[in-house]
Order: sequence, then structure tokens, then C-alpha cells
Amino acid sequence: MAPREIVVRVNGEEYRGSAEPRVTLVDFLRDELGLTGTHVGCEHGVCGACTILMDGRTVRSCLMLAVQAEGHELRTVEGLAPADGPLHPIQEAFSEKHGLQCGFCTPGFLMTVEELLRDDPDPSEETIRSRLSGNICRCTGYQNIVEAVRYAAELTREAAP
Amino acid sequence: MSATAADTWVGQRLRRKEDARLVRGAGRFTADIRLPGTLHAAVLRSPFAHAEITRLDVAPALEAEGVVAVFTGADLAGRVGTFIEAAGKEITPALRAQVDVEVKSCPLPPIAHERVLWVGQPVAVVVARDRYAAEDGLEAIEAEYEPLDVVPDAESALRDGAPVLHEGLGGNVAARLAISSGDVDAAFAAAPFTLRERFTFARSAGNAMETRSVQAAWDEGRDELAVWITSPRPHLIRTNLSEMLGLPLERIRVVAPDMGGSFGTGLFGEDALIPFAAMALRRPVRWTEDRQEALLGTRHCRDQVHDLELAYDHDGRILALRDRFLVDAGAYNLYAVTVSYNTAAHIRGQYAIDTFSIEGLNVVTTKTPVAPVRGAGRPEAVFALDRALDLVAAERGLDPAEVRRRNLIPAEEMPRPMGMPYRDGQEMVYDSGDYPAQLEQALEAIDYDELRAEQARWRAEGRLVGVGISSYVEGSGFGPYEGAIVRLDQRGHLHVVTGAKPHGQGLETTLAQVCADEFGLPPERVSVTSGDTSQIQFGVGTFASRSAVTAGSAVGIAAGRLREKVLAVAGELLEASVDDLELVTDGVASRDVHERAVSFGEIHAAATPGPRSRLPAGLEPGLEVQYYFVPPTVTFASGTHVASVEVDAETGFVKLLRYVTVDDCGRMLNPMIVEGQIQGGVAHGIGSALFEGVLYDEDCQLLTGSYMDYLLPTSTEVPSIEVGHQEFLSDLNPFGIKGCGEGGAVSPPAAIANAVVDALKPLRINVNRVPLGPAALLDLIREAQAGAGGNEREELAS
Repeated sequence: MAPREIVVRVNGEEYRGSAEPRVTLVDFLRDELGLTGTHVGCEHGVCGACTILMDGRTVRSCLMLAVQAEGHELRTVEGLAPADGPLHPIQEAFSEKHGLQCGFCTPGFLMTVEELLRDDPDPSEETIRSRLSGNICRCTGYQNIVEAVRYAAELTREAAP
Repeated sequence: MSATAADTWVGQRLRRKEDARLVRGAGRFTADIRLPGTLHAAVLRSPFAHAEITRLDVAPALEAEGVVAVFTGADLAGRVGTFIEAAGKEITPALRAQVDVEVKSCPLPPIAHERVLWVGQPVAVVVARDRYAAEDGLEAIEAEYEPLDVVPDAESALRDGAPVLHEGLGGNVAARLAISSGDVDAAFAAAPFTLRERFTFARSAGNAMETRSVQAAWDEGRDELAVWITSPRPHLIRTNLSEMLGLPLERIRVVAPDMGGSFGTGLFGEDALIPFAAMALRRPVRWTEDRQEALLGTRHCRDQVHDLELAYDHDGRILALRDRFLVDAGAYNLYAVTVSYNTAAHIRGQYAIDTFSIEGLNVVTTKTPVAPVRGAGRPEAVFALDRALDLVAAERGLDPAEVRRRNLIPAEEMPRPMGMPYRDGQEMVYDSGDYPAQLEQALEAIDYDELRAEQARWRAEGRLVGVGISSYVEGSGFGPYEGAIVRLDQRGHLHVVTGAKPHGQGLETTLAQVCADEFGLPPERVSVTSGDTSQIQFGVGTFASRSAVTAGSAVGIAAGRLREKVLAVAGELLEASVDDLELVTDGVASRDVHERAVSFGEIHAAATPGPRSRLPAGLEPGLEVQYYFVPPTVTFASGTHVASVEVDAETGFVKLLRYVTVDDCGRMLNPMIVEGQIQGGVAHGIGSALFEGVLYDEDCQLLTGSYMDYLLPTSTEVPSIEVGHQEFLSDLNPFGIKGCGEGGAVSPPAAIANAVVDALKPLRINVNRVPLGPAALLDLIREAQAGAGGNEREELAS
């Protein structure tokens, strides 16, 4: 299959790359654009490790083809905080509350939480657990992730004008 | 060793150093490493569980666009050896002298040749310009097989006439162990009561979220092989590659970068296939497993069947134990008796049972090989015994808590010899702890008496709420050793190297805490490298709840010795006695006159070889100390879990209401990390209890090949775990540490099964296998209701 040129905006910057139409979005991000922060966990849409934002909503980048992202605005874990700047409140909260161990699933969780806190700045535990149930973490038992989300909500509300 | 006081870093809930990169997506996992000119591999896997390969034509694959090469078993035959077995090496002469143990050789080839023994076994490797093209190549390979009879489980493997899978074994038993103490037959004959029950623990799998990946590069000019690999044991991988590929050990560098979990160890065909391909093609080659391959082939675990017998008296005291169990090892028994010995050593748990006879067989079948995974033989043992203890309680009309009180080892008996050697050949001794107090602390935490009172009220309302107890011990900090190198640079920065490769345990943080304390410097001034064979000659790895104990001790001792050397060099420079000196943030100063000081830079220069070297007589140049800590034997951590559950008798769904743990892991280097390990372990154990089972059909075809079929617990199934601690320091290492990585996963199947049985007490169901999914539980409920004569609604509500 002949590669196609694909233009996307990722984390506010325009990227050009080429990929065969069958290439998944996550492979394109990782292999063509070199953004390896997004991880491949199951390639069938269950584990959520590859979760990114497309036009502000979460998508499973393993279930999308790169060509489907043409012209869209993507956000990945690398875009949460400036490289040399302070952590994003969600990243800060995950570290502070020990919401990660091996860290492999973490980028997917962070992006899921980013969307959650935009939808609901003060989510209940039930809401948090329900919204996180599409992301699998094998290390933490979720407890500290739930606490991290609450703390991230707190930090975000404090930072808001 | 510095004492752990309030002003030390050890013991603090310090935020983890590794988080900084991981939360930014800047971690570097094996599949993130990019080498120019890399080719990509995909593996053709056997579609049959047992078959002769009658035809394997790779020519069409070589014609596929982008395919560079294809390798099969025929290409590797005579060129690449088999994996070194843990087998013979693990059975020390000391152990062999004390225990009836037999391990037969069953070496794993990296790729099938002429015959396949499980669905998913590698048959060919296609190397291409990218993974997509490599998979095209797989489809083009023409392979034909002549299916042979399968051996679906351990029991059928032992039947007369079962196909013998490895001729060298002379049958299908790959390993056997038998341990006993006291006159078991006499105890059973004399006992007023006995019970016999079969307990089955399903096959499951570790399911690290990062799938395995191997990347290899061959430097032709230097005859050097570099390998990046998802493995907690890079030094073992290097030794294997050295032997299998015939390369000098030091021409191989194996690096385990960031790892997305592990939960067990394993040796895999791809470990050698990818380096072989890189050497053959003189190009870097990368392979990353997809999840389908992981579920199929990344080592399964558990899969034990126990026939357990207990003899007990009127008071519910256990008089003797007899257990015969089978481990379905899959197609190759790669870990000798690691798991079965753990099972045998841990089945008596915290209970005073001194008359026992245990026999375990590792049996080969036509399924994916198993490996030690978090808990490694302990959850199976604890499930069997703690369920049986509840059967004793029911039989004698005792509360499950009371039957435990009567059987727990009293605190005054500690340290307590257990009448058998541990797997390392040393006498097995529970070194410290107070199990009765641990039980009471856990019961108090869940408010047991109140829960029992409420249970009666709920039952009257038709709510099926139950509570279950389980406890465990865990021999942790397994040897034989772990090492550390500690260095000080000219800026006063400390660097630690260890062979213990972590995969989520936060070792970069805890080892930095240990090292920082020795120097009185903040952990920010300590960096930690692990998982790189070029950095330290020997290494074991992170598994068996061992790294905090072994690497933590090695770092502490090495750092202490380096501190002594730094002070000695400073004493030479200041012409002062070492006793009059102390470490300060930027160097060493006189205790009395702080102006009399030398900087770390000056000390570093004085320790550098050459004309400016100013070392006290007898000291070698360098600010580096290497130390290998060899633990005398394991140290016993312990824990007690209490679960309360509510059962929905209509759906068979078990809801966890509360889950309480009390553990003793000795000195906690970082309680935040300890609690994280326990919470995660419990979640893993909840999976084993209620959700996770690897299922095969009668042809040994995998039925659970996706996450739609193999269910992992998610945030809506795992409750918040209420974690409490005891802290009985170990005498077996300088800091008093015991391991905590696995304990959390050990007791949940038993505690939850006991709670479910308790919730359904009016129906008198018996749970003797896990996982206990909704369908399985509904079957038990319906069976009991049918037996109860149809007035089940009243039964449940009564």
C-alpha cells in the first residue's frame, strides 16, 4: 500500500508524516512522529494505555488509523506540561499521591483524567471510578489513582481564577 | 549503619524520583528505543497444541514486499542452544540432602523444530522493514502440521497411555518433591476428625501492561551485541545469550530500560531469536509482542490442584496435614521446583502444624509453560489451607476467627523453626512476628464483632453479606545475593548501581533514601542506575519480594564503607583524626572548627590516581565501593486479610464491601511505596479470586485470547484497601527489612472465597476453586438450592 502524507496538529504544533492507510494512529505517533509517550497496551481498545485527546475528546489511538486523524487537533501526554516547566496539576497529583508504579498505563490515565476534570471539576468517587474503568492499571489497585484525581481536581480548582 | 530516627530519609513517604519522567511520558521503555536502520520482526506461532511440522515453506514470505529475512527452527538448529534451566542450579546440595526432590532436565529451545508443543510456540521469525510488512510475511508462510494427541491437564498427563511429551523425562512428570515431618499416618489414625477436599486454582497470567519487547544490535567491528529487553533479570538474559549464541559474556550488554510491570520472570524464545536475527542480518532488529501474543504465550501461572487432608480435634486444633498437589507446568517445566517448593513451604502459613506430609508434582502438558508470578505458589497454598480451616470451623461450630486463634503460632514461640528446609537449603525459621496480634488488629480494623452482629440483621433483610479471613507468611528477600556500587563525584553527587532491576517498585527512590542516610545528604543528590549489565558484573533481579531486602542492604553497606573512605581521605587532607570529622552538605568538616573543612571536589581530587593523589597509607584510589549482600536465608514477612462481601444471588456477582489488611514487612523504607505494593497486590489477588482464568478448549486452543475474555479488575471492582502495619524488624539484614512485593496478592482468593461461603451460609455451599466468577457462583447457588428442596428463598433469608 502506498504511504499517504498526513498532516496533524499535535500538542499545538503542526506535524507532517507519511503512513500507509493501514497504520494505526498510535503507531504513527510513536514511529513516524517520535512521540513515544503514548503507549501501546492491548491494540484492541480495552486497556486504555494509548488514550489521547482528539479535538478535546478521548480516543483510543490503537483503534484509529492515522489517516483518520488528518486535519485534527491531537493532544498527547507530552503536551500536558511544557518540557522545562512545572508539571500539569494532574501529573503533579499522580506523583504526589503515588498514583503510578511502573508508569506504563499512566499517560492513558492522565489523558482520561484531563477530559474528566473538564467535564466535571469536582467529581465524586463514584464518578471517578466509573470514568476510569476503561483504563487498566495492573500495579496500583486504583486506590491512589482515585485519590490523585481528587487531588488534581482540588489543584485545578485552586488554580482557576 | 545509621539508626533510623525521625531525621532519616528511610521511613519517610518520599515522592518517587522515577515519577518525574514517567508522568511526562518521558520514560523510556524497550519499544521506545529508536536505532537507525532498525528492522522489525514478527513471529509465526503454532496454531496447534501438539503437532509435527510437516511442511514449512518460507519462500513466499521472502517474496512479500518489505520482507528481509525469515528464520525457522532449521536455521537455528546447531547454531543456537537451548535456554539454561534454573533446574539443577537451584537445587543446592544442602537442599538435596534434606528433601526428597527430583528435577528432570527439560530444556526450552528458542524456536520449535519439527514438533510444536503448545499453541503460540514460535515456529518462524519474519524480519521486515516494519512490523506491518513483517506480519504480511507471516501470512505468506506456508506451514502444514500433522496434529498429535493433546495433553490438556496434569491429571490426564499422568494417566496410563498419555502421550509422552519429552522422551527424556520418561513420562510427563518433570519434577517432584516430597517433604514430611512427624508420624502423619499415626496422627490421622488417632485423630477424632479428618477432612479431605480438593482445591483447584485456575491458570492465570501476570499481564503486565507493557508487553514484552526485545531490541538487539550487533556491532560487527567490535563483535559486540547490545540487547534491550523487557526483563527483570538482565544478567540472567546475558548469561543465557552468552551460552546460546557462543559469545563471551562481556561482549554482550543487556539493558532492561523502564519496565511496565512484570509480576513474574520468564525466559522466552524471542530473547534469543531477536539477537540471533540482528547478528545474522547485521542490522538492529526490534520485536514487540502484541497483546494477543502476550495472552497466548507470555508465561501463565498457578494452575494447581490440591488434595488436602487435615486431621483435627474437638476444639478445631489441626493435628496433622497431608497434601498432594499437581502443578500443570505447560509444555516445559522451566523453573524446576521454584513454585512447587514455595507452595510446600508456605501451605502451613501462620499455623502451628508440625506433623505434615506434602508431595508436589510438576507435570508437563500441551499448554503455554508456566512461570513464577506474583505470589508464586503461595496463593494456591493459602487458598487450600484457609478454605479448609473454614471447613473445620463450620464442622466444629466455631467462628472462623476463633478456629484461627486456636491454631496460630503463639508470639512467644518466635523465632520458630518449621521442621523443614527452605528452598535455599537453610533451616526454615519464621524469624519474627506476632501472628495472633496481627489477627486481632485486622479484626479490630474491620470491626469484626459489629460486622457479625450486622450480618444477622442484614440476613434477616435478605442481604447476603459475609466476612472472610486469610493469613499468610512469605519467605522474602531470597538470595543468593544482590550487589551495589556506590560512587561519589567531585560535586558531592552520589551514584548507585545495582543489578536488581525494578519494574514499578520505586527502587530508584528507596535505594536513594538508604544511600542518602549514610551520607546525611538529600536523596536528590543520589541517582540510581539498574538493569544494565555493563554497569555491574553480577546481578540477580527484582522478583521474589527480594530487592528492598537484598539491594537495599547492599546499598546501605556499600554507602557506609564509602563514607568511611571519604572521611579517611578528608582526614589525610585536614591532618585530623577521622573521629573528629563529620560529613556536611558540601564536604567534610571538623566537628569542632567548621572552618576546617574540605570540599567533595578536593576529596575527589585526592582520591584520583596520579601525582596529586593524597591518600592515607593502604587506601586504593577511587571513591567507589562495591558490595554484594548475601542474605543468610529468607526473612518471613506476614499478613492477615479480612474481606467483607455482598453476594447477589440473582446474578452471582460478588461485591467487595470492605477489604482490610495488616502486614508485617519489617522496616518500611518508604511506607507510601509499601502501601502501594499491598494495594496493587490485593487488586491482583482480587483478580485471581473473582475474574482471572486462562481457559483452553479440549484441543488446548486458548479461549481467553483478548481482554474481552480474560478479565482484569478495573477501578469499579477494586475497593479501597484499608492497610495497617506491624513492624517486626528482621535480624537477617542490617535495616530489618522484609519483602512486601507479593504478599498482597497471596490472601485475597482465600479471604474472598471464605467471605462468599459465609455470605451464603444458609445454603452451605462450598467453594473449592477460583476464580469464582458469576456463572460459577450461580451454579453453586443453584446446586445448593436444588439440594435444599426448592425452598431456597426462605433458606437464603433465614
